[in-house]
Amino acid sequence: MKAKIHIYLKPGVLDPQGTAVANSLKTLGFDEVESARQGKLIELDLSSVDAEEASERVKAMCDKLLANPVIENYDIELSA
Amino acid sequence: MKTAVIVFPGSNCDRDAAEALRIVTGQAPAMIWHQETSLPDGLDLVMIPGGFSYGDYLRSGAIGARSPITRDLIRRADSGLPVLGVCNGFQILIEAGLLPGALMRNSGLLFVCERTPLQIENTNSRFTRAYGDTREVIFPVAHHDGNYFADTETLDQLESGGQVMFRYLNNPNGSARDIAGITNAAGNVLGMMPHPERAVDPAHGGTDGRGVFESLLGRG
Repeated sequence: MKAKIHIYLKPGVLDPQGTAVANSLKTLGFDEVESARQGKLIELDLSSVDAEEASERVKAMCDKLLANPVIENYDIELSA
Repeated sequence: MKTAVIVFPGSNCDRDAAEALRIVTGQAPAMIWHQETSLPDGLDLVMIPGGFSYGDYLRSGAIGARSPITRDLIRRADSGLPVLGVCNGFQILIEAGLLPGALMRNSGLLFVCERTPLQIENTNSRFTRAYGDTREVIFPVAHHDGNYFADTETLDQLESGGQVMFRYLNNPNGSARDIAGITNAAGNVLGMMPHPERAVDPAHGGTDGRGVFESLLGRG
């Protein structure tokens, strides 16, 4: 089983890297860019077989290490 | 005074910390590798040094905060042992949950490396009482992720509890309310981005940092 975890800054948390990326895109002529937020993607290979249990475990991994709940939210995507 | 410095792979201020402790206390600290599972007994201070533990992988301080030694550090800190985390040490203390908030990328996106003036906000603490009437000090800063963030409620709690220990007079990184250093509610854990241990010997260009260590020694 594979897990993809998207981690991104909570709304309202200033993202200076995202702002720099948006400004750079505008400099390149991509005038339609209104804003950018930068996050990260973590992929895990799991030996788990039960999707429900895997989901619980990955959530615990996010809360314990992978995300910082003070500033970040996350989404988990599980696939076989 | 018996002290210890925890060393992680990627720490690079561990020797500055050791030298500062040796100069001020007259005794070399124990250097404790992060894979150890317990700190020595009878310590008066543990210092978490600056650097780039684990290459700042995932988030600055995140992996160091889950090292074997950190479990014992949390236990000792909870029972009152004084702990001083500087720079990456501050990031580790926050990631370990010993201090509230988060340290984010500097708002200007640049690594800042300069001597910066600070206001001592709480002069009646175990970390600052040796400063006497001195309110303004100059410490070096050198970091990329020092932009202190916490929600309004947490910031208000820090202010009202006297937990804001140092404030920037010329905020170099965008920190909320110019916060440069905070303690936990009990007052025995101090985390700060500026480096007192790099302002101890006149050859450093200033000795304003001595007061932090002299306070812990009970001087002044």
